[in-house]
Amino acid sequence: MAPLTEPSAGFKFDNVKRNQLLGDKGYKLPTATKTGTTIVGLIFKDGLILGADTRATAGPIVADKNCEKIHYLAPNMYCCGAGTAADTEFTTNMISSQLALHSLNTGREVRVVAAMTMLKQYLYKYHGHVGAALVLGGYDVTGPHLFTIYPHGSTDKLPYVTMGSGSLAAMSVFESRWRPGMSREEGIEVVKDAIEAGIFNDLGSGSNVDVCVITKGNAEYLRNYSTPNERVQKEQSYRFTPGTTEFYAPRVARQAQEPAEMDTSA
Amino acid sequence: MSIMQYNGSAIVAMAGKGCVAIAADKRLGQRALTVDTEFQKVFPITDRTYIGLPGLATDVKTLYDRFRMRVNLYKHNEERTIEPKTFSHLVSHMLYERRFGPYFVEPVVAGLDKNDEPYICGMDLIGCINFAKDFIVGGTASDNLYGMCESLWEPELGPEDLFETISQALLNAVDRDALSGWGAVVHIITPEGVITRDLKGRMD
Amino acid sequence: MLSSITQAPVEAHSHNRWEPYVDNGGTSLAIAGADFVIIAADTRQSDGYSINTRYDPKAFELSNKTVIATTGYAADAKRLVEVMEQKAQSYFHKHERVMSTPAMAQLLSNTLYYKRFFPYYVFPILAGLDSQGKGAVFTYDPVGNMERTVYVACGSASALVQPFLDNQVGFANQRAADPNRLLDRETARKIAIDAFTGATERDIYTGDWLEIFTIDQTGVHREKRELKRD
Repeated sequence: MAPLTEPSAGFKFDNVKRNQLLGDKGYKLPTATKTGTTIVGLIFKDGLILGADTRATAGPIVADKNCEKIHYLAPNMYCCGAGTAADTEFTTNMISSQLALHSLNTGREVRVVAAMTMLKQYLYKYHGHVGAALVLGGYDVTGPHLFTIYPHGSTDKLPYVTMGSGSLAAMSVFESRWRPGMSREEGIEVVKDAIEAGIFNDLGSGSNVDVCVITKGNAEYLRNYSTPNERVQKEQSYRFTPGTTEFYAPRVARQAQEPAEMDTSA
Repeated sequence: MSIMQYNGSAIVAMAGKGCVAIAADKRLGQRALTVDTEFQKVFPITDRTYIGLPGLATDVKTLYDRFRMRVNLYKHNEERTIEPKTFSHLVSHMLYERRFGPYFVEPVVAGLDKNDEPYICGMDLIGCINFAKDFIVGGTASDNLYGMCESLWEPELGPEDLFETISQALLNAVDRDALSGWGAVVHIITPEGVITRDLKGRMD
Repeated sequence: MLSSITQAPVEAHSHNRWEPYVDNGGTSLAIAGADFVIIAADTRQSDGYSINTRYDPKAFELSNKTVIATTGYAADAKRLVEVMEQKAQSYFHKHERVMSTPAMAQLLSNTLYYKRFFPYYVFPILAGLDSQGKGAVFTYDPVGNMERTVYVACGSASALVQPFLDNQVGFANQRAADPNRLLDRETARKIAIDAFTGATERDIYTGDWLEIFTIDQTGVHREKRELKRD
């Protein structure tokens, strides 16, 4: 073992056998945070618009009320993520850095198909075990592009798309309201309404609406574009009078100013 | 029963006005049997960054040692102390590295950054960061803690008010969870230093 | 080779099995005072990630001094309330007086235990004034185990609400507080509302509307409030 070397790249599998053993003994293996989600995208006259809700769930409990599901990929490209929260986060992050290197190597702006291909090839490699369902949107030298990418690596190219547990609610809005050549304002309104359809009708989605408008040479990230679920004021304060909680004699407070010693004990 | 419930734990972090607090119970169990009532689940990483590790106790100990090594290496390489945000991303990457054979912990990080701004975040067992402005909970009593924090927490609590709020949230949460409790510890992290208090609670 | 055919996988059998129960979510709570009792429930009825209806009341007046609230399987809850209403009615006509709350509580326990081997999948709570006019709360499991308490939370967000009530109604873990002190009406109402707005934030199965019933000497008073709809 070389404890002082930097870690090697790629996944590590040294816990797999142990975890399988525990699983075989009848202990249920936990599942990661899933984002029961509504994510959407549509093409409009001058480009494309992405939208997402901001709820992250752990089973029936809301783990994060205002998370970011629209991930940055490149200056001209963003990507909405649904599915296993960690997978969408790390996959888009990794592809984003690869795209930056690619752009530096070629000296050009990366094309959306390149990002789409890199994502699908990465996901296909893991046979769906990397649980990322993505809506990829970007504007490159060939114009606006909108893709959906499924965890197994299949892709679609469509003018308006929805994904996640709220996809049906959102698609019902798109199917009735989307039309070719919409204006920017109309487009944002339809995206907002589609996400809100998911927020209110799908229990896996909730809280706020994030929107990202991508046009030629410009990307505008409208974080919390709509906030239809602000918490109402509490009926009373639950601040306690100091001394309510009983405790034993406090331990010596650490002094921040004194230089901390490095703990190197075995 | 899930692996995450095998040893039992309850950890909560809260942000206050120019301070943060992190609190944990002290029980170590083997399913319904209590083995230890002085088990450490919250660890200092720097003078003003603490991490709580709810989950499987063997992984709590293993991971804390690994974090300590990485933070010491960081200090040698960078010649500065790691920030809570940087440390959280270090933890996140170490967990995601084992995406397909994870450690069974859901870390909770609390600290003050170099501008004395509060920073708290939580993670799932494969490292998905949950950054919050108010509070973070974890462990077998997490549902109970969510209910407590959601009603008790309010913004701009000073160190002493924050101590009462986080202590009451934890004590009342673990009293309704069979797998956690048996004593509790609270750390209040302020720019002046850290106050550590052992709470007096039910021992059943 | 032999071992591979000795036992068929369990899934092969359980695949098409009839499932008599569904969990429709929802939360209820009750708080007793010296001369009143509050019982409240949300009105969301859901199945998985879908909302079946935003307004399906879970709390019902059984008489002018007793209210029942139910969570769990909505169809069973509806039937249970029907049965209890019928029994309360026939008691009223037979004896020409309203059934007392403790009697109604015992009747509910018997009604639940009657179906011991095919239970109503319901977690009921019953609130009312007892024979001395004091607030009374009764809690049950689905097969009729009954307990009289001062406060309780039931349903999908019970884990979130119950510790809060322990703390704010039972004064648990608070130094120098009298754990037997009863709340005044306005404080109890405020705590009930805050319990539900808090639960709505974190439990996906709780929301839409909140119905609060306050029972006192003058009868049953109903209040309907909005909760978040996401």
